[in-house]
Amino acid sequence: MKDSPVVKWFASREGLYYLALALLLVVVLPVMLDAFRLNMVGKYLTYAFVAIGLVMCWGKAGILSLGQGVFFGLGGYCMAMYLKLEASTPEATAIQSTPGIPDFMDWNQITALPWFWEPFNSFAFTLIAVIGVPVLLALIIGVAMFTRRVGGVYFAIITQAIAAILTILIIGQQGYTGGINGITDLRTLMGWDIRTDEAKTALYFVTVALLFVCLFAARLIQKRKLGRILVAMNTQENRVRFSGYDVAAFKIFVFCLAAAFAGIGGALFTLSVGFMSPSFIGIVASIEMVIFCALGGRLSILGAVYGALLVNAAKSGFSESFPELWPFAMGALFIGVVLAFPNGLAGLYQTYVMPLEERLFRRKPKTDGSQKAKATAPAQTPGERGKEYDPLIDQYSPEKS
Amino acid sequence: MFDGYTTSELMSIFAMQGFAGLSLFSVFVLMALGLAIIFGQMGVINMAHGEFMILGAYTTYLTSSAFQSYLPGLFGGYFFVAMLFAFLVCAALGAFVEWAMVRHLYRRPLDTLLATWGLSLILQQAYRTIFGAREVGVTLPDWMMGSIQVTDMVDLPINGLFVMIIALSIAIAVYFLMYRSGWGKKVRAVVQNRPMAEAVGINSAGVDRATFALGCGIAGIAGAAFTMIGSTGPSSGQAYIVDTFLVVVFGGAQSLIGTIVSAFGISQAQSTLEFFLSGSMAKVLTLLVVVGILMLRPEGLMALKIRR
Amino acid sequence: MGTTDSTANGRSFGKGTGLRKKLMTLAASMMLATSAQAATPPTSEVNTTGLAVTDDTVKVGILHSITGTMAISEIGSVQAEKLAIEQINASGGVLGRQIEFVQEDGASDWPTFAEKSRKLLRQDNVAAIFGAWTSASRKAILPVIEQFNGMLYYPTFYEGLEQSPNVIYTGQEATQQILASIDWAVEEKGAKTFYLLGSDYIWPRTSNKIARKHIDKLGLKVVGEEYYPLGHTQFNSVINKIKLRKPDVIFASVVGGSNVAFYKQMKAAGIDFTKESPLLLTISVTEDEIRGIGGENVEGIYASMKYFQSLDNPNNQEFVAAFKEAWGDDMVIGDVTQAAYLGPWLWKMAVEKAGSFDVDKVREASPGIEFTKAPEGYVRIHENHHLWSKTRIGNAQRNGQYKVVYETEDLMEPDPFPEGYQ
Repeated sequence: MKDSPVVKWFASREGLYYLALALLLVVVLPVMLDAFRLNMVGKYLTYAFVAIGLVMCWGKAGILSLGQGVFFGLGGYCMAMYLKLEASTPEATAIQSTPGIPDFMDWNQITALPWFWEPFNSFAFTLIAVIGVPVLLALIIGVAMFTRRVGGVYFAIITQAIAAILTILIIGQQGYTGGINGITDLRTLMGWDIRTDEAKTALYFVTVALLFVCLFAARLIQKRKLGRILVAMNTQENRVRFSGYDVAAFKIFVFCLAAAFAGIGGALFTLSVGFMSPSFIGIVASIEMVIFCALGGRLSILGAVYGALLVNAAKSGFSESFPELWPFAMGALFIGVVLAFPNGLAGLYQTYVMPLEERLFRRKPKTDGSQKAKATAPAQTPGERGKEYDPLIDQYSPEKS
Repeated sequence: MFDGYTTSELMSIFAMQGFAGLSLFSVFVLMALGLAIIFGQMGVINMAHGEFMILGAYTTYLTSSAFQSYLPGLFGGYFFVAMLFAFLVCAALGAFVEWAMVRHLYRRPLDTLLATWGLSLILQQAYRTIFGAREVGVTLPDWMMGSIQVTDMVDLPINGLFVMIIALSIAIAVYFLMYRSGWGKKVRAVVQNRPMAEAVGINSAGVDRATFALGCGIAGIAGAAFTMIGSTGPSSGQAYIVDTFLVVVFGGAQSLIGTIVSAFGISQAQSTLEFFLSGSMAKVLTLLVVVGILMLRPEGLMALKIRR
Repeated sequence: MGTTDSTANGRSFGKGTGLRKKLMTLAASMMLATSAQAATPPTSEVNTTGLAVTDDTVKVGILHSITGTMAISEIGSVQAEKLAIEQINASGGVLGRQIEFVQEDGASDWPTFAEKSRKLLRQDNVAAIFGAWTSASRKAILPVIEQFNGMLYYPTFYEGLEQSPNVIYTGQEATQQILASIDWAVEEKGAKTFYLLGSDYIWPRTSNKIARKHIDKLGLKVVGEEYYPLGHTQFNSVINKIKLRKPDVIFASVVGGSNVAFYKQMKAAGIDFTKESPLLLTISVTEDEIRGIGGENVEGIYASMKYFQSLDNPNNQEFVAAFKEAWGDDMVIGDVTQAAYLGPWLWKMAVEKAGSFDVDKVREASPGIEFTKAPEGYVRIHENHHLWSKTRIGNAQRNGQYKVVYETEDLMEPDPFPEGYQ
């Protein structure tokens, strides 16, 4: 037991970072905050899913997508369609000319449920669609772009255009999509009222749990050969290609992975906020998501979570106390981070806090494998730690991105 | 849809539709030229391009107010002064931004995107604080309003013609500057091979700053011209950014000619589609076609043959 | 003019010191009068649901966008609401309590609106919220308001199709604005053909749907109907189409920055609105918008609203004077700004009629409340929580003001779910 790899990992320094995040999200924040603030944190965490995806896709593989909002939005819309259908029972919509369809369809003279809404009566289908629809779109975009070696800035701008197209489409087809208002007034999930404080708190914990699932999935990929190929591709794409790897396939994979994460985040967002609107698909939302990732540190999946939390908390905080000043503060934050700390919070941590930790731990004697004490971390020699921390990542230079 | 119209009516509508396409074309050229220099030549993704345009528009607004108060007699000609001011103000801010921010990021093009996005947030809020959240109305001199009546049905808007002339002159000026002047040679040398350019004694930092300032200045002129046809408000600039980038990328980022060709193609497509379809669908279709072609030909229409 | 606007953005009641002094003396005299009549009722009686009411204050929320793209439109509403609150406070407050407001920024972002409304209701326990502007922001906060039983006063003219027990709609719903204006165009101007044009979202689409049904009923013809994305700035193609189809009336519901581009390009294309061929009838251009478009570009268009700044009645003269004194002489007041001003007053009257701040009691007391000092003349709250109001047609002048050319004789009945128009 003591020597099982899982326990060992949790006792390692990296494991402790994860434990610290878990402690913060599962114990500290729920104890400190009331239900209202906790729900806000839950909302911020749904953005963290996108940020983790961006770390994989942009930080590791060097593919900057300015259209992550599209995938976030698609996931969210899938969930919202299911919830809307559940809320639009014939009884609840009795005053409409066609009862039993969503209210906005009735306002637009649509008299029957459109075909693509039908499957969303099933919760199982919805769960698949939340991941499936974004991944499918990512696959189409990815195959079209990466096999033709579109990359870098071009890719970023094309994804931006896709975000613009989808926004205009959704707003224009308001009979089928709710238009600019989005899909609102969502009430229950399989009969469970999602608007109560208890439900919001429960959803918060679901969000945290899924966040860790995604974190571990991302970590797993990072540690495998796959992750190293991604990083290698970022720095020396041609060498990887000449070594016989199909670069496009790896790019498509990581882009789809990021889309899947974003879709999950979007679905959770819909659940915790209670509506979905085209403003999350647009360019502004998509760029903000990149900022979360950049602030947290584009190379660190944990950093991305902290980045999403901090930027959003700052945004809420600034806008509550200084409504006129918050755009200045946000703008300054972006510029500052990019100019001074290109690797974000995680980079700062690595430069300033880690050496301190090292000194701290080195003096302590080796203790047993109990998880509780932080002092268990230095069970490794620096050499072993070298294995834990991917040398490629340390040598990675953002200049090539 | 053409039932019940006479041939002459149809002819005049097509003539005017052609003109509408041309004036959209000149709008696109104006929007994109500044960015083509900054993004195409320097590789800097300037997300604050729209905000530089609005700065030009606000400069025009201030100039017109000043002329109204102090030189009412010369009001008819204020617009030319305003364009000059717009160029100078935007170029000055551009040079400052290059010095303070962009020059540290030349090796990280994607990071310029984030930093200039931050800059655009700051500029927008600055406009809101200084000029108020409402849109400002820029008064035009009387000679610039109205239209020239060619036939009964065909009216050519004077401000549309004016925008065309500005677009044309700036395009020609940029062409001579970039391809026929010593300075342009230096710029192109720095773009193509920075270390070699430095080795032959070109001050690459100075060239960078001047190029960035030039791009921003052209954005300012575009903004001044757009006060004639669009709105001037703190966040008006965002409306232009996607279109602008698409025009530049579609044309092939490093080719100024490509930018003009792509502006022509996109504007004709959009204005024709708008005539036959409803507005929103026309926009979606245009964007889809552009994205589709870009997927087939990622380097854009007129790409330089370079090693990637 | 920049300075006045920036004070307008500010949280404090910037320029109103002169006005404040005057109002304070007025208030002092009125306070004497009211306190002589009845002692302030104890807090435990007027607040049984835990709202933020103390013995001498009551908290309300103001929730509009003061940053982002919608700030352009929403600033006027914020100013009007603050003015109304200040005036109510100066005249003795509500049930002897001074109104304190908590202002939150919706940042033109719908989830932010939802988040902030939640904060206002849960953390600040406000007794009422004055806010929201776009339909999308209202739709975003509506479930929150209903869930926590808040009270929202919503100022904008809008598409109808909604009737929440927790909202008082102080602007007109679509039928009030549209039916009378089309009848007017047909009867007074002999219009036979119409071209419907709008920005692409729910309000223009619903409005045009109602307009189309009404035009069909009258046996007349719609020759075109079109929508452009929000923020679209190139209207040359549609102008050509209009020239080709030659409608008698262009019925326009273009909003925001597109408005400026649309009217400037119409003017440049040689369409002189003062010649009224075609006649341009809009439901979206208030005096506020004209400031951005420029009076010379819209001279001659007709607008159908319930309020114009130029209305000639004593209530309005007082209101315009007070507004300008508070926010600066160069301020203009549009339809929505006036509707926003009604909010705090209607709430005050409902609270006083109910003798309580409790939302349930205020809601019950609301229908039938009359406001005779309304700048637009007179309004009354309908059972369906909308306002009875007159509809007026204004003709835009070069100076950016409207000249009222027509006014319905009777108050128009609000009908958010119009039979036969859906």
